[in-house]
Amino acid sequence: MHLTIDEVRHVAELAKLRLSEAELALYAEQLSAILEYAASLQQVDTSHVAPTPYVLPLVNVMAVDAPAPSLDNDTALRNAPDQAEGFFRVRAVFEE
Amino acid sequence: MNKALYELTIHEALAGMRAGDFTAVDLTQSLIERIAQVDGHVKAYLTLTAEQALAQAEAADARRAAGEDAPLLGIPLAIKDVLCTAGVRTTCGSRILENFVPPYTATAVQRLASAGIVMLGKTNTDEFAMGSSTENSGYFTTHNPWDLDRVPGGSSGGSGAAVAAQVALAALGTDTGGSVRLPASYCGVVGLKPSYGRVSRYGLIAYGSSLDQVGVLAKDVRDAALILTVMAGHDAHDSTSMPAPVPDYRQALTGDVRRLRVGLPQEYFIAGVQPEVEAAVRAAIDTLARLGAEIVPISLPNTDKALPVYYLVATAEASANLARFDGVRYGFSAGAESILENYRASRGQGFGAEVKRRIMLGAYALSAGYYDAYYLKAQQVRTLIKQDFERAFAQVDVIASPVAPTTAFRIGEKADDPLAMYLSDVFTITLNLAGMCGISVPCGFDDAGLPIGLQLMGPHLGEETVLRAAHAYEQATAWHTHWAQPIVGEA
Repeated sequence: MHLTIDEVRHVAELAKLRLSEAELALYAEQLSAILEYAASLQQVDTSHVAPTPYVLPLVNVMAVDAPAPSLDNDTALRNAPDQAEGFFRVRAVFEE
Repeated sequence: MNKALYELTIHEALAGMRAGDFTAVDLTQSLIERIAQVDGHVKAYLTLTAEQALAQAEAADARRAAGEDAPLLGIPLAIKDVLCTAGVRTTCGSRILENFVPPYTATAVQRLASAGIVMLGKTNTDEFAMGSSTENSGYFTTHNPWDLDRVPGGSSGGSGAAVAAQVALAALGTDTGGSVRLPASYCGVVGLKPSYGRVSRYGLIAYGSSLDQVGVLAKDVRDAALILTVMAGHDAHDSTSMPAPVPDYRQALTGDVRRLRVGLPQEYFIAGVQPEVEAAVRAAIDTLARLGAEIVPISLPNTDKALPVYYLVATAEASANLARFDGVRYGFSAGAESILENYRASRGQGFGAEVKRRIMLGAYALSAGYYDAYYLKAQQVRTLIKQDFERAFAQVDVIASPVAPTTAFRIGEKADDPLAMYLSDVFTITLNLAGMCGISVPCGFDDAGLPIGLQLMGPHLGEETVLRAAHAYEQATAWHTHWAQPIVGEA
């Protein structure tokens, strides 16, 4: 299992991470080594084993549908990198 | 009592304040002075809140003067910087959150605040709790108080070092794969990782949501039991918190381990474990046997699969959780020309190397064509690991092992080899995958004078048994009375 630079570039795009050429090369090496180590899992017979995404027996936990105070507008925007008129401000989405 | 106030345990400090021997302000000032003396060398704290701490101490003294009391009234603690604290910067050890000031407080911290604590500050951590040494902090490396050239362990290394250097009476940490137990072991303090769902994760900035749990680093087992009693329990803000009653965990500390069945898993006593570590852990098990425990050889056959399972499951969850850092609502924004470019640039510049590595690994494991082979497969093997523990706990009450294969390693020693770093967690990640509880208790020193930790593991919601065993062992030995002597004076 060896990842190519292009495969790493593809994953970086999925993860929306801009990486330098040096980072792409480094991660190709390091991720390949880690995945090679993880390949030992393929030898385990799991044909009749259910996956465990979550360890608790709790399912469909319901919250009481009762109104309660929430953050006010100013507080919610306090950490915003950019804001305007009480909203988060971002670059236009449909003008790529 | 000839101890300085900063040297007290929580129970000693509470007794002293209740008897009127000193005030919360005296205690807090003693710790602030200790921080000024020591923390320039140890660097446990990312953010100090000394002024606020003194105000909280004054408020605690006023409450006590008015005849009030509370379980932790006037007790100065430190909080790992991945737990949100309203009005106090919370960075997760990441540059991407350098200026993030949360609008709300994590439930675990809020419950401690309601019980009267004084918050001294926020402790250093590997970025987003991803690491085993605290070297992955985006700010600086914390140093082990026993040897400043060595790591304190991670990711709650700031909290472990803070307790060991006695710059806090105790500290909160978080444990996703060993991040409370490993620094406890490397720093020679007690580290309790509760069962998944025992403590609310609300306000804990998520790394691996099916694994994360808030834990305690403390000077002794009784202090850890008290803090757990205060912060555990169901929280409507966290649908994964267990609606199970919370006992006063101190009542479990009977000192009686007669007929307690202690499992010895052969897979945790393997080649590669430092000989002094194995010897100290075996001696600790002999001590438990002398106290009346019954030692039972057991097997957890899928142990060697836990590390690859963890690094697929945790990174997959991380890649999803960390998608929220996009430069829109909070955190660093690169100010790029288009929204997509701003995502890429803000995340590329804001995250450090290990965080990017784990996001990449997780995104790969979840990507089309690889999901079944990596992520699903890891979750299936996770089932086998959990079943190993379920079978074992049908036979025994607790399981004893080393916390880590070695004592604290040198700063920089594993920085360029992620796989070698990951191996530090080989004995701790299994519990997180199974959702069960465990503790690290000091059990000796290696030839270089570095602390060794005994791990005691228990079933889901088995905290009382784990604490009882840990306390009985601790009280039968003197390891918890040894303290590091870090350099004192200007850094």
